[in-house]
Amino acid sequence: METITPLIEARGISKHFGAVTALEEVNLSLMPGEVLGVVGDNGAGKSTLMKILAGLYPPSQGQLIIQGQPVQFSSPKDARDRGIEMVYQDLALAGNLRIDENIFLGREQTRRVLGFIPIVHHRANMRQAQEHLERLRIHVKSVSQRVEELSGGQRQAVAIARATAFDAKVIIMDEPTAALAIKEVGKVLDLIKDLRTHGIGVILISHRLDDVFYVCDRVMALFHGRNFAEAPLGRTDRNEVIGWIMGNRGQTAAAQELDLN
Amino acid sequence: MAEQITELSDTKRAESLRVRLIPYIDRYGVLLLVLVMGITSYILEPEVFLTWRNVSNIFRQIAFNAVLALGEFIVILTAGIDLSVGSTLALAMMATAVLSKAGYSVPILLIVPFIVGAVVGVINGLGLTKLRLPHPFIMTLGMLNIARGATNLISGGVPISGLPDPVRWMGASDIKLGEGIEIPASLLVVVIAYTIIGLFLQYSRTGRHIYAIGGNPQAARVSGINVDRTLILVYGLCGMLAGLSGLLLAGRTNSGFPNAGLGQELDAISAVIIGGASFFGGRGSVLGVFAGALVIGLLRNILNLQNVPVFWQQVLIGVVIISVVYLDVLRRRAGSSNS
Repeated sequence: METITPLIEARGISKHFGAVTALEEVNLSLMPGEVLGVVGDNGAGKSTLMKILAGLYPPSQGQLIIQGQPVQFSSPKDARDRGIEMVYQDLALAGNLRIDENIFLGREQTRRVLGFIPIVHHRANMRQAQEHLERLRIHVKSVSQRVEELSGGQRQAVAIARATAFDAKVIIMDEPTAALAIKEVGKVLDLIKDLRTHGIGVILISHRLDDVFYVCDRVMALFHGRNFAEAPLGRTDRNEVIGWIMGNRGQTAAAQELDLN
Repeated sequence: MAEQITELSDTKRAESLRVRLIPYIDRYGVLLLVLVMGITSYILEPEVFLTWRNVSNIFRQIAFNAVLALGEFIVILTAGIDLSVGSTLALAMMATAVLSKAGYSVPILLIVPFIVGAVVGVINGLGLTKLRLPHPFIMTLGMLNIARGATNLISGGVPISGLPDPVRWMGASDIKLGEGIEIPASLLVVVIAYTIIGLFLQYSRTGRHIYAIGGNPQAARVSGINVDRTLILVYGLCGMLAGLSGLLLAGRTNSGFPNAGLGQELDAISAVIIGGASFFGGRGSVLGVFAGALVIGLLRNILNLQNVPVFWQQVLIGVVIISVVYLDVLRRRAGSSNS
């Protein structure tokens, strides 16, 4: 395992908002094809950490390393250019636009008319959006549907499709199943599993431990803005993870400490 | 795995037919309204209504409001509002008249209204984005007063009449198409402006970003769109079109007068809303806005032909605005039952 470079690594990340410390010396790393679950209570710093990874906030201290190279993001665009995409909790889709327009929003392909006027190449965007959705095995009636006509699960799928449309290496998902009907949750989770087979790394923030245990390879808990515990999924269980969220060390961790002693 | 996200197939057929009709009502409803009004007018005044003279008169009268509404539409697309367009129109018109009186040449007089309008608009945009005023209502309400005051300041509060013919051409002259067939030049200006803006909104990246900002500004921001810069451009464009509108009105009236366009922003907003654009942004088309301006013009025309007092016209336009927006509410309700 040591020979594989992590897709993304955060080392000693701290973030202060005025006098409030949201994160303190947090570390995180993500391997290719890995799904990492990040859990923690409200205010534990999950969202802040993700926003730092996605380029929305600069960290107060610490370093981001992408595939071995230190980077600094000054906007979400920088992060996207380096292959880090975020699927926001509120999805950040424009309901009045077509599916393909949402997938290509901010990165529309253009062609030139009269040799110099760039215009949006709607047909090429629609065709490529269609192909991309097919690759992800997402089925919609037509890419020319407006996003507001879609169900919650379909919207989530479009948000994920947008995140993966441009060679994303890391996809960060903030509560992707929170707003979904139960029968749609499984579809979105299967989609995440599918991404893993493409070598994409996924960071999943979720309050739903069912989701975490269904899809993740590893789970990491934050508590009061610090790394609290982490373990591969096979070496922990629901009750222990619930304990981490509430700030209690579980039996496994306790046992490890005993071993060290 | 193969059948991952399929949902629409199991929505009820009847439901989906109604849902499918919505976009068409959405798009062509106001054109239907124009048609109904045209037929009604024809039945009421068969002798007069469809004469070239009356029709071109209607277009001449609506031209400046149609151009004003076009600018307002772009702003409303971003879920904004520009209350200053009436005053901007007056300032642009008066600046042209003042410079004309001072003896400036025709090319300068033709450019000035655009520059004045664009500058006012860009200031609106800067105020909105850089000062972070809570709502465009505030900035443009301030500008409504500032531009009106400036109009009076540069003119001393008195009208200036008499403009050179080339300056008047767009607002006042007719283009002969054949024997007895003339269209007002202002209609041509309107058609060109609508075509350019329509293509811009539909086919340029910035145009699509304007729709995206109206749909969900947060989505636009995280997609890497420079929302502030786009908004400044939008308000600048709106101001520039208000300047063009001022040029048309100056041509038609052969003057600049300080009370020009007083309250006209409300007619412009009415045209946009009647034309099917959503007040919440992201929805509407230039064709709809043109139809909206036409509805107001037709209503005024037929009520004039029927000798209905002007006060009743105002009441009726109010009724039309409320009815049309109520239809929009019904449409939204039908649309949301889908999800």
